[in-house]
Amino acid sequence: MTLLEQMPDLLTLLVWGLAASMVMVAIQSGSQHAGLSRLSLPFLFGTYFTANRSRAHIIGFITYLIGGWTFTFIYAGIFVRVGTNWWIGAIVGFIHGLFLLLFMLPAMPHVHPRMASEYDGPTDTRRIEPPGFLGLNYGYRTPLTTLASQIAYGIVLGGFLPS
Amino acid sequence: MSTREASASAGKARDTWPAIGDYGLIGDSRTAALVGLDGGIDWLCLPNFSGPAFFARLLDRQRGGYFQVRPAHPSQRRADQTYVADSNVLETRFRSGTGVALRLTDAMTIPPSAAAEQLRPQRELLRKVEALEDTEIEIIFEPRPDYARARTALRRYGKLGWTCSYRDHFLLLHTDLPVELTEDRQSVRAIVRLQRGERRFLSLSYVRRDIGIILPLGNSAEQRLIETRDWWRDWSSHCRYQGPYREAVLRSALTLKLLTFCLSGAVVAAPTTSLPEAVGSSRNWDYRYCWLRDASLTLDAFVDLGYHSEADEFIGWLLYTTALSRPKLQVLYDVYGESRIPEHSLESLQGYRDSRPVRIGNAAWRQTQLDVYGMVVMAAADYVRAGGRISRDGRKMLLGFGKLVCQLWRDPDHGLWEARGRKRHHTHSKVTCWAALNSLLALAEERHLQVPEDGFRGELSAIRDAIEAKGFDRELNSYTDTFDSNEPDASLLLMPRFGYLPPDDPRMLGTIRYILDKLSSGPLLYRYPPGSDELAGKEAPFGICSFWAVEALARAGRVEEATERFEQLLEHANHLGLYSEEISADTGEAIGNFPQAFTHVGLINAALSLAAASEHGGSKPT
Repeated sequence: MTLLEQMPDLLTLLVWGLAASMVMVAIQSGSQHAGLSRLSLPFLFGTYFTANRSRAHIIGFITYLIGGWTFTFIYAGIFVRVGTNWWIGAIVGFIHGLFLLLFMLPAMPHVHPRMASEYDGPTDTRRIEPPGFLGLNYGYRTPLTTLASQIAYGIVLGGFLPS
Repeated sequence: MSTREASASAGKARDTWPAIGDYGLIGDSRTAALVGLDGGIDWLCLPNFSGPAFFARLLDRQRGGYFQVRPAHPSQRRADQTYVADSNVLETRFRSGTGVALRLTDAMTIPPSAAAEQLRPQRELLRKVEALEDTEIEIIFEPRPDYARARTALRRYGKLGWTCSYRDHFLLLHTDLPVELTEDRQSVRAIVRLQRGERRFLSLSYVRRDIGIILPLGNSAEQRLIETRDWWRDWSSHCRYQGPYREAVLRSALTLKLLTFCLSGAVVAAPTTSLPEAVGSSRNWDYRYCWLRDASLTLDAFVDLGYHSEADEFIGWLLYTTALSRPKLQVLYDVYGESRIPEHSLESLQGYRDSRPVRIGNAAWRQTQLDVYGMVVMAAADYVRAGGRISRDGRKMLLGFGKLVCQLWRDPDHGLWEARGRKRHHTHSKVTCWAALNSLLALAEERHLQVPEDGFRGELSAIRDAIEAKGFDRELNSYTDTFDSNEPDASLLLMPRFGYLPPDDPRMLGTIRYILDKLSSGPLLYRYPPGSDELAGKEAPFGICSFWAVEALARAGRVEEATERFEQLLEHANHLGLYSEEISADTGEAIGNFPQAFTHVGLINAALSLAAASEHGGSKPT
């Protein structure tokens, strides 16, 4: 059987992908509103496409959801190879979170069209505060809240996707 | 180089207290900052008027925190301030022996409505420095979050500037001036030489619970200043008042607009806390909240000047804020309508000239002040008569206030001056209860509202009987502060405004005479006899009461006397036309929280009354 054939059906992946993404967003938004971190990934994704703050939040949330679904397929593929379990999901989520913190966030000033860089200063279009190493610019708890949300995402998928 | 020199120079400046009136006000109708004649921003709360202070040198010269730009050489520090015409953009000009050496322009920027396509921080305080002569300037940025209770190290963000993070608050200074961090990492400083014609910017941006937005400098910053100036000018251009003293009236209106929290429509009494009513005493209160009484008079002033959208917003805020407690009203609320405002003393701040304690929050929220109902009902009635529409919910609210007044008016209360002792039967409170029912009956006659007319008329008559029997002293021929007392109360000057009796009624003329005799100090007026309350220290004459005297005289047809008092009062404004809560009888200096919305409301209403009286040779209709 191919990897694709061993994965759960599409509807199952979409349902649990949505559930996992919602849990992840809830933890991130909760952290933001509780003052634990100023990071808002939907805002960062949305401002790729528009400088209008209201539209950016909506577009960002949709983009984030699509991203969440996309990663559901990747997680499901990994689970086919190494087994499906909540703690395996947690480990995959942790690695995913580390990747986000160590590579994606620090690289953002180089790829985000509206993000300012500490090397160049702000411009008329590049105004967003960069995340810095591990996203620490957005608060010293940012790595913890980001890892927690990614681990939760992995736990939902690992715990509920059928083997 | 210059960090050590700047520190030494700053140390000297820390020893002297500027006068309360030596400040200019900037703001964006969300929060406000006080800018001293020395180029120092000594007061800034974020993210809104009642948020924690990041700069509080106003209340503690040593620890409070500030943000200063001024000439490095003392010979160039003689300064004056003006507002850029019809706006709240402030210019501080430092003079050398040969003319203006340095011009500092300060504003809290307001984006035009079309700017939604540009990312902006929640707040931006923008400073432009222009050298008109070769000048060495000194820059000190020393934020002290949470009223100097939090110690946070400043951090460099490369070319983006210097950040100060405190919990979920994020403050960033972006500048094209080469500032450097001090050894203790608590401030950034520099002394920089500017060539004649050189222009530099300092942009202080702030967000809470969000990712920071850093705005560019240069022409982009210049554009933001122009947009802000134009926003205020556009607002000013809608003022329909063209009568005498227009400049003072417009400055007062601009100040009121600045103190109106645009996200809700609430008007704060003042942007400061604990500037003392008597220097060195404990008469220090937090005024960064919305008193319904003040806001109602403010609404009247806005309506009379032609600013109907501000009145709409205030009525909307009132409906929202009082929804949970209705029909009971509190004396004050915060700008978002929060009803619990616990009072604390801050040990972290020394207090203005050692006036302790510094308080945040205000315990008056627990008091009973019956005049609130009358003031709110009268404001709503004026709003309806000016063409405003009140929803079904609003009509229900007004009817509820009327019924409650019928139940409560016989009770004693703390009165409008918020005495912290026992409750009394304040004549002013009874008069406003009468005015509440009178306004509701008038609205019913005009078919705006349905009320139980017989019941209201019966209570109306009973209140008047009580006031006339116990609140009027025949020997003095004057109404008195409380029932069966013989003391004057300046708030009784408002009786004609409330429609309780004609301004030229012999009883009113007697009351005016008695109040002016007992409470005047030149053109200034105490709110009650000084020393008659239970607090230590002697308070100064009250700003709005002084203007109430003008209004009462103008309404009574004594226009010449009223005009003379008014013009003398105008001389007690600070260099920018701003007034505090009180004015010293000895020195004429501003005393108490500054600037005070209530005083500016008094100025507007007095000027309008004077204009009406001068025009028609009589009083302004109530």
